[in-house]
Amino acid sequence: MHDTEGADFAGFHCPIPIEQYPRVLLAHGGGGRLMHQLIEKMFLPMFRNSRLESRHDGAVIEPGAARIAFTTDSYVVRPLFFPGGDIGTLAVNGTVNDLAMCGAQPLCLSAGFILEEGLPMETLWRVVRSMKQAADEARVELVTGDTKVVDRGKGDGIFINTAGVGALRHEAVVAPSSVRAGDVILINGDIGRHGIAIMAAREELAFENPIESDCAPLAGVVRELFDNGISVHCLRDLTRGGLASALVEIAEASDLHIRVQESSVAVHENVRGACEILGFDPLYVANEGRFVCFVSPEDAERALDLMRSHPLGRDAQIIGKVTDGKAGMVTMKSRIGATRIVDMLSGEQLPRIC
Amino acid sequence: MKFVDEYRDADAAVRYARALERITTRTWTIMELCGGQTHAIVRFGLDELLPGSITLVHGPGCPVCVTPIELIEKAIEIASRPDVIFCSFGDMLRVPGRSKDLLTVKAEGGDVRIVYSPIDALNIARQNPAREVVFFAVGFETTAPANAMAVYQAAQQRVGNFSLLVSHVLVPPAMEAILSSPANRVQGFLAAGHVCTVMGYTEYEPVARRYRVPIVVTGFEPLDILQGIYMCVLQLEQGRSEVENQYTRSVRREGNRPARDLISKVFRVVSRKWRGIGEIPRSGLALQPLYAGFDAETRFGVADRTADESPDCISGAILQGLKKPFECPAFGTGCTPEHPLGATMVSSEGACAAYYRYRRNEISAAS
Repeated sequence: MHDTEGADFAGFHCPIPIEQYPRVLLAHGGGGRLMHQLIEKMFLPMFRNSRLESRHDGAVIEPGAARIAFTTDSYVVRPLFFPGGDIGTLAVNGTVNDLAMCGAQPLCLSAGFILEEGLPMETLWRVVRSMKQAADEARVELVTGDTKVVDRGKGDGIFINTAGVGALRHEAVVAPSSVRAGDVILINGDIGRHGIAIMAAREELAFENPIESDCAPLAGVVRELFDNGISVHCLRDLTRGGLASALVEIAEASDLHIRVQESSVAVHENVRGACEILGFDPLYVANEGRFVCFVSPEDAERALDLMRSHPLGRDAQIIGKVTDGKAGMVTMKSRIGATRIVDMLSGEQLPRIC
Repeated sequence: MKFVDEYRDADAAVRYARALERITTRTWTIMELCGGQTHAIVRFGLDELLPGSITLVHGPGCPVCVTPIELIEKAIEIASRPDVIFCSFGDMLRVPGRSKDLLTVKAEGGDVRIVYSPIDALNIARQNPAREVVFFAVGFETTAPANAMAVYQAAQQRVGNFSLLVSHVLVPPAMEAILSSPANRVQGFLAAGHVCTVMGYTEYEPVARRYRVPIVVTGFEPLDILQGIYMCVLQLEQGRSEVENQYTRSVRREGNRPARDLISKVFRVVSRKWRGIGEIPRSGLALQPLYAGFDAETRFGVADRTADESPDCISGAILQGLKKPFECPAFGTGCTPEHPLGATMVSSEGACAAYYRYRRNEISAAS
């Protein structure tokens, strides 16, 4: 029922009568006729499902599992559209991935829109279509939502909050506390694409070969691991702060030492080039479709094969392991053969002078 | 990646390290001048590959680190004005002034923008004729040509709402200040490849002769640096003190002639204060009288501001190669990247930040 095959959004037109309302008005969030029209004509037909159709204040779900995962995230990206995705794809995949990182199979999402007065209706329509496409791909339904409109100048076009519920269909506790010395660390691909794609779009940096965001739903590839009985101890998606921050967080939370090999962490040539120019370290650049997976050493090779047989893990690699060494610390063996600390940054990376 | 991977080859690095071992018969202290080199040395762990008898000390070549606190204060004062769009390279924004940094000014409502080139700032000025656009012109000789070009174009195109807060410094006077200090222990230099790409290296020749120090113009990749050290040690072992060029793929003896001409057209040499070091004669650049109208200090009346640095910060000694970051009592305790006392802990090229990021475990294990 979530089949995306044959879904062609190109032929769709914005269902709100553009000639009357080319832009979002305060009244579109005002609870009256215009808001009703927005819901009935744009949101409901697009995300159509039985729970949404009940037009109730909330959705009732039957998780079908003893344990459920619950998460929320807000999306405020600038620019709204970037190579490889937009705020809509991010809002769906980001929350789907947070559920997947709990070891859960995503069931349904909520979507809260905060729109800025004057936003072109066509822009909202594009974002809504992206959300539908991403939700179909991730096999998840949007079952409840909310819309608010703020005065012009008080928002940045569109802000979206999504919350999600997922079911855990296994007994494992997927958390830093489950990480053990000896665990092997896998990653599902190269790093840094999303951050550089956003940076390039935001600053209008022109690269010969544009870099696309890696934004993608990770629930499918994670499910492969659980369905095949891999002993997964911890999962973490590599969003803001990148691979480095994720590893440091897990090392600190588990009170163990993480050792990684710089040579096994892949970085696409164009991302490396952009990082060299900007003075960034790809280890700290954001991703939206990459995760690390901590598994028992005896399962490592099988987990690697499973990940590589999934489209979102084709370039999966073993990047390191957990040891008893200095607790709470991540070290990396450089290509030159020397060892250095990998630390968390105090803030965002800032482009340097020369 | 083309032309980068070749200079990060592990086998070649080990071969250089062995070759260095073979030619080194006694202890030598070498200073790498540029913060980019410091960062590469610590990030790739190059100093771990060197024979124990070779000590690398980190020089003053981080433009963020040596910008005096009073210029940061002037920047903060100008950036706080409602009529100003203040443009800067990213890594200046976190450098602490007396009570805040430029990021805080931005959070308080100041229009502070990160740009990648002074020409971007000039474009912002053209697009916002009703506002004053100020560019924080920081850096060594490397960034001077682009900054000069921005002022030159602004004058040509009569962009009256554009100005420069100039904090340019020059490498050779800083080397001489280090060499003539009684506490000096530097016996050879790795000069900064990018500075020499612009300026060439003729001005280093009298320094090498006068102080009898070998100077090797060096690049920034691991193999560049190892080769630079090798060339420097070879000179020291053979008793030579010449200027040699390791970075031949970028640097010519005379440098980049049009870039140098533009610098001298727009800027003149003046004395400048260096953070933690103090005033060094003829060590910086200011706008020529013809372009004085583009000087933000006079335009906004902040030329006379002064400010004192934190007495707990030893960045001056670090920038002169007299001390290593972990010899500072505040390192990692009173001074961290989150709460820096001095710029050397903030900048991505600062020696303290490099040690804090990559070396903290060894330091805490040793103490």
